[in-house]
Amino acid sequence: MTSTLNPRFTFDTFVVGAANRLAVTAGRTVAENPGSAYNPLFIYSGSGLGKTHVLMAIGHAAKALAPQLNIEYLTLDEYVEAFHAAIAAGQGDAFRRRFQNVDALLVDDVQFLTNRKEMQAELLRLTEALQQAGHQIVLASDRPPAEIADLDERLISRFSGGLVVDIGIPDYETRVAILRRKSEERGSTFQPGVLETVAKLEFPNVRELMGALNRIVAYQAVNDTPINAEAARQLLGTTTVASPTVVSPSVSSSTAPDEFSQFLTDVTVTVGKAVEAWRARVAEAMLRWEGEGYRTGRLEKLLDQETPAAVDEAIAAYVLDVDRLKALEAEVAALDPQAAGEKVFHDPDRMEEAESAAAKVRDGAAPPPGPSAAFPFDSYIAGPSNEVVLSAARDVIAKPGKKYNPLVIVGKSGLGKTHLLNAIGLELAKKKGAIVACLSTQAFVDELIAAIDGNRVDWWRARYRRATALLLDDIQLLAGKERTQEELFNLFNQFLDADRQLIFTAPAHPNTLEGLEERIISRLEGGLVAEVSEPDKELRRNALERSLKSQHVPMDVALLDYLADRPTDSVRSLTGIVQRVVEAAAAQDAPVNAGLARDVLEGSPSARRTTGLRTSGIVVSSAGGVRSREKMVWDWPASSDRVIEELR
Amino acid sequence: MSLVNFTSREITCKIVYYGPGRSGKTTNLHYVYGRVPETRRGRMVSLATQTDRTLFFDFLPIDLGQISGFSTRFQLYTVPGQVYYNATRRLVLQGADGVVFVGDSQARQLDENLESLQNLQSNLLEHGVDVRTMPFVMQYNKQDLPPELILTPPELDDALNFRAVPSFAADALHGTGVFETLKGISELVLKRLATGSPA
Repeated sequence: MTSTLNPRFTFDTFVVGAANRLAVTAGRTVAENPGSAYNPLFIYSGSGLGKTHVLMAIGHAAKALAPQLNIEYLTLDEYVEAFHAAIAAGQGDAFRRRFQNVDALLVDDVQFLTNRKEMQAELLRLTEALQQAGHQIVLASDRPPAEIADLDERLISRFSGGLVVDIGIPDYETRVAILRRKSEERGSTFQPGVLETVAKLEFPNVRELMGALNRIVAYQAVNDTPINAEAARQLLGTTTVASPTVVSPSVSSSTAPDEFSQFLTDVTVTVGKAVEAWRARVAEAMLRWEGEGYRTGRLEKLLDQETPAAVDEAIAAYVLDVDRLKALEAEVAALDPQAAGEKVFHDPDRMEEAESAAAKVRDGAAPPPGPSAAFPFDSYIAGPSNEVVLSAARDVIAKPGKKYNPLVIVGKSGLGKTHLLNAIGLELAKKKGAIVACLSTQAFVDELIAAIDGNRVDWWRARYRRATALLLDDIQLLAGKERTQEELFNLFNQFLDADRQLIFTAPAHPNTLEGLEERIISRLEGGLVAEVSEPDKELRRNALERSLKSQHVPMDVALLDYLADRPTDSVRSLTGIVQRVVEAAAAQDAPVNAGLARDVLEGSPSARRTTGLRTSGIVVSSAGGVRSREKMVWDWPASSDRVIEELR
Repeated sequence: MSLVNFTSREITCKIVYYGPGRSGKTTNLHYVYGRVPETRRGRMVSLATQTDRTLFFDFLPIDLGQISGFSTRFQLYTVPGQVYYNATRRLVLQGADGVVFVGDSQARQLDENLESLQNLQSNLLEHGVDVRTMPFVMQYNKQDLPPELILTPPELDDALNFRAVPSFAADALHGTGVFETLKGISELVLKRLATGSPA
């Protein structure tokens, strides 16, 4: 598709005069240092003054200096044609790559860019790419960039950004030199004064000058006598005078072919517009959507048709599909930026796949597990022992992400960390637009594993990234889970950067937890580590009162005092104690009182039981905590040895 | 009627020159015939009476060659103008892609023009064609006659061209306006391809 360089068009065969010296000098410089001297070099001149010659000469010179250079010369029309062919063959990318790897690109006749918006865009892209790669571009046109009608401003500035030179009409001396050079090349000698006579005739360009030379060369070849100056003038002069009479024949005979051919031309134009208009429309649509990165296979198939059956409808349907894809892509991009880049969102022939891909992302966009409704903030029993953590919690609720971030609630099991965590989560979730992720670390790890398994880590991440607060229970369970720590670390940073609240619970100070990476620990320590200590008497009393009330036990101050005085290290064990006392009372059919409680609690202890994993013991369902609470049975053999069993 | 055949890649346009008797329809065709290179035109079929009145119809096929990959042919027909040849006129009108109404510019022929126009409309209706959907141009012929005998194109437009179709002043004998008319009707006919109505 690329023209080869005409071997006759070199700098050596180019006659340099005042009118073209600048262009030739610039051309030589460019050929010697492609890409570094003037880039792009833009040469313009009227027709037949040597644009193409200089362009090809640059190619030859550059090639002679560095034979390994990849030099392409082509006219704009060839470029357009090649581009269209490449697009039609679905090789648009290959086409672009091919031209981006050219060391010096010589494009002739760029004035034909007029009204070719898509080619202008393409050429702009190519010019940028070539310039960035330090490759040379030389352009030739019959007018300066600014005068090419409808040329994109960016192209004008880009073309003008290098060097713009023009080639003027050669002066008399140059014309004589050209004629001498050319007649030498042709092996013709003329009497003195002949070439000068020819040069005196003012031809608008060199090409016509060559035509005149050819004429006298031919004349001299068929005549035995060498042509003299007078004969040359007559030869050239008469033809110019005679030509109008030849061209304008008598009225009656001349109008005939004219009228018909004029008619034929008009009809051709009309037919071209009418018959192939649909192809043009399809091609236009293809170029447009191809340019926007959509696959146009469906439109290409249209072109294979013989008849334009419902072309506009097909294009409209295609555009509709593209719009749908755009909508899907936008939707997906909001949820999962990585998934939005998938090719399926740029192929209207795979709408179903795109829909299902979007649906998949949409599933992933379901909000992450939220806090359990079973732990309202109001039901959290306050006392001096948890005063600090409670006030921190209130601050966090008032200014999420601003005051204590992260907030790490530490304390032994059964002191209400999970309750507090969920309670804060519930309060945070009340805020407008809040998405609170609140779950146990174990569930967090399990989700990640499932995501890795289902190859959906991206949406898993996106899901959490959209959360406005992340609350993780039992952070110590991250121990040894390197991948989860990695993910959490990233999330952590993002949340901190965006001032979004992070809350964790841990059984002990983060720096005493084993198996956690230093970077996580330091970040946990960086916020506020608030400790929940063993319940004080007041808190115990409050908790017992509430517990007894919930068991419908009549208020008995002696019982309350007795129970509250018992040493316990957690609120949860108090609940267990009340449970045991109430059950025993029910079994013995006796009223619940201090005496019964003493019998039950100070009698023989039952066998010790242990569980494997020690967690806070409450597995919180995001769906609703009340039911899960009913499913739990507390069995406390002794306050010092808590065993939690979950029966399902 | 198949105007454009995409399978065989052919375009065939049937253009009928209609109008009252002696308005110059055959003259139009003769002029075109004289200007089309021999290689491009078929034999002009003309059945005329001894006084050169069109007896049946004139037929001039023109081959425009390959246009946009379509071999394009124009078939120019004239109808006999006299009132009593209506059956022939109707026959010729059948399957027409476009109609040129060649009107006689002479003032005294105005009624004949009107009558012929009405006749055209009713004949088209017989073929189930609404004249409003048919590509249609007017030619006011004989504009070379002395001004006192003829009506000017604006006057004729007022009198005849109530659908405001393109109209052309012409002197078919000397060729003025002949190709303009042909070009005008061709454009209308071919533009229908773009809208893709008959295929």
